[in-house]
Formats: sequence, C-alpha cells, structure tokens
Amino acid sequence: MSQHSKVLIIGSGPAGLTAAIYTARASLQPLVIEGEPSSTSDQPGGQLMLTTEVENFPGFPEGIMGPELMMRCREQAARFGAQFLTEKVTKIDFSARPFQAWVRDQHYTADSVIVSTGAQSLMLGLPEEQRLIGHGLSTCATCDGFFFRNQEIIVVGGGDSALEEAQFLTKFASKVSIIVRRDTLRASKIMQERAHANPKISFVWNSQVTKIVGDASVSGVELRDTVTGATSSMAVTGVFVAIGHRPNTDLFRGVLDMEDSGYLITKPGSTYTNIAGVFACGDVQDHTYRQAITAAGSGCMAAIDCERWLEAQH
Amino acid sequence: MAGNIATLTSANFDETVRSADTPVLVDFWAEWCGPCKAIAPVLNELATEQAGKLQIGKLNVDDHGDIAMRFNVMSIPTLIVFKNGEAVKRLVGAKGKGQLLQELAEFLPASR
Repeated sequence: MSQHSKVLIIGSGPAGLTAAIYTARASLQPLVIEGEPSSTSDQPGGQLMLTTEVENFPGFPEGIMGPELMMRCREQAARFGAQFLTEKVTKIDFSARPFQAWVRDQHYTADSVIVSTGAQSLMLGLPEEQRLIGHGLSTCATCDGFFFRNQEIIVVGGGDSALEEAQFLTKFASKVSIIVRRDTLRASKIMQERAHANPKISFVWNSQVTKIVGDASVSGVELRDTVTGATSSMAVTGVFVAIGHRPNTDLFRGVLDMEDSGYLITKPGSTYTNIAGVFACGDVQDHTYRQAITAAGSGCMAAIDCERWLEAQH
Repeated sequence: MAGNIATLTSANFDETVRSADTPVLVDFWAEWCGPCKAIAPVLNELATEQAGKLQIGKLNVDDHGDIAMRFNVMSIPTLIVFKNGEAVKRLVGAKGKGQLLQELAEFLPASR
C-alpha cells in the first residue's frame, strides 16, 4: 500500500508545524510524519516538549508551556487539513520523483518534501550511561525532577538549556551544581542572572564529568579539572545532561548535503537543499539561532519555497 | 478506568498484578510529564489490540508515590511488566508503538 501527497513534512517541531500550517492553508494537504514518542527531544513536537515555560515566543506575554504551544500549533495545522502520522520515517529515497519515504513497510510518495527533523540532546558518551538512564541519569528534567526531592544533583552544561533545567530542578532538589567545562557560560545574560540569584544553584567551573558512579542507581560522579587535569569525585543522586544538540540527519546521510557536524546545508537566504523539491527548515539546518521563533520562521520560508516550486513544475 | 486500562492505586496495585491471568504492563506516569502524555494513545491502542493477552494499568506517581518508590522509579514514563506479581521487565522512557511491540513480543503469544 502506498499513499501520495503533494507535500510530505518530516518532523513536527515549530518548523515542521509552521510549514504544515502554511502549506495546509495553501490547500496542499500536507502529510506530516511527526515522529514517535520518546523521552528525548526526537519526538512529536520536538525540543519544546521537554521544556516548561516559554517566555520569549511573541504573542504570549504571560508565557506559555512548551508542550501546550506545540499542541496548539498542531491543532492549527490540523484545522486547515494537515494530516498527521505519529511514526518515525525509517527510510527515504529522493533520487527520483515522486520522492519516496517509508515507515517500516508502509510506503509514502510525495511531489515535494520538507525536512524539519530538528535536533536532539547530546549525551556525555560514557559507557555507563545506557545502564543508568532512568536510575538517576535523566534526559528529561521536566519528567524526572520530581524524583529528586531534597537530593543533591548536578546539571552538566553551560548554555541556556542547562541553566533553565537547573532553575527548574531547584523546585525539587536541595542543591543543584552546574558542571561547566570552561570558566564562563554560553547562556544568555538573563538566565545567568537568574541562576546566580538562586541560592540552591552553584557552579563547578573548568570541569568535565569523566564517570558516573553507581550500581543500581547513581551515587556520584567523577570530575576532571579541564585546566589542571586534577580529578575529584562528588556525591550526587541525579545527573541531568544539557551539553548541546546534534541534528537528526542520519536518515539523509549521503543524500542531502550536510556539514561535518551533520547540519543540513541550505542555499543561503532560502530553504532549498541540494535536491530540487526537497526543503529543510528549523534546527536541522540551523546551529546558530536555534529558537522556536526562528524555527517557525524558517518553516514558513520552506512552505513558501515549496509552494512556489510546486507551481513552477506545471 | 479509561477503556481497557485499569487505574492502579496504592490500595489495588498488589491485588491487580498478582491476580491477573495475563502479564500486566504498568505505566508509571504523571500529569506534568509530556512524554507520558505522548504514549497514552499508544497504550490505549495496545490495551484494545492485546486484550486477553496483556493487561495494562496506569499508576500516577504523584498520587501513589509509595508504589513508585517500591520499584525505584526515578524517571517517567517507566513501564514495568509484571507476571504473577513479579516485575519481569522494565522499560524506561517513552517509545513508539512499533518499538514497544518489539520489546513486549516475549509476552504476547502470536496467536493470530
């Protein structure tokens, strides 16, 4: 069985859903293969599904919860006729038109494709990580913070997401130490000020986690000083990692042009990829801005690029 | 009770997982957990499709933290399969339907 659509959108964060709203309003009846449930940001709705309050999305002066914002975008796209499939694309073939995509043995064809698969959080890459996920090591602060009431925990990372997680976790934990690789933070000024003002947050500078210790569950970490090389250990029951993201582009390797880091390359000032009729938007092609609003903006660009390209094919 | 899914509590948990004649999949969840909400429809589908082979129950960790603590749940969603009252398999984190079916295959006799 095969299903054809004029526009196939892969991924459903702010970029994919904005592209869906625009192409649906243009009566292109997009099919959105939105991804499948996961406790990482590689899931329907994307990274915002793991956040709490979004304070910088225009139009919400009181702020809005990340998951609610995404649910509303999805409803908006559905209202104009976008179709959703809660699955993850397992294979693509963009070598000929119509373009092809598969979800296991289900086959989909499309006149055009918008790639908006986003990015997912990086883990530390330590061998004990798989064993300790769910046992003190968490990929989702909003899901798991609750279990660390009155405990001492760490957040690894120095960017906005690390500071936001730390701030959130102080609702539960008695002490949150932020492990930062350098002696400065990448995070925005407002997040830094909030973290410094929070009495439960402290910083461990120039440090790297080299090992997570624990049998049945996390009991501590080993740290290495990035300047002196000295090692130390720290007793904590929870480890939250927010050290950055990698784009979800494994599916497109060897097909779409990408940087060494995996980010898709688009023609400057547009969402065109190296394959005519395939467009990319959102964090999958942006390692600079990576905001909900910029993702949404590029999703709109992809929809307009796509619509014009489709028109020109006739 | 939502459809075929049992609402588990501190009061009925032990009785439910012990007396069931099929394996019981318990979903440890909470209202504030996004990924938990994301897998709810998947579990609803499984409950209907696997009726008679697998029972599904949901335990709210906010309301029944004692049970969550007993099974050292430190991350949600956590899914634990109980067979004759024994925890026999544990899945941490939200998963899609295909992945979940694969993980649960050993408990689902292929009778179709």
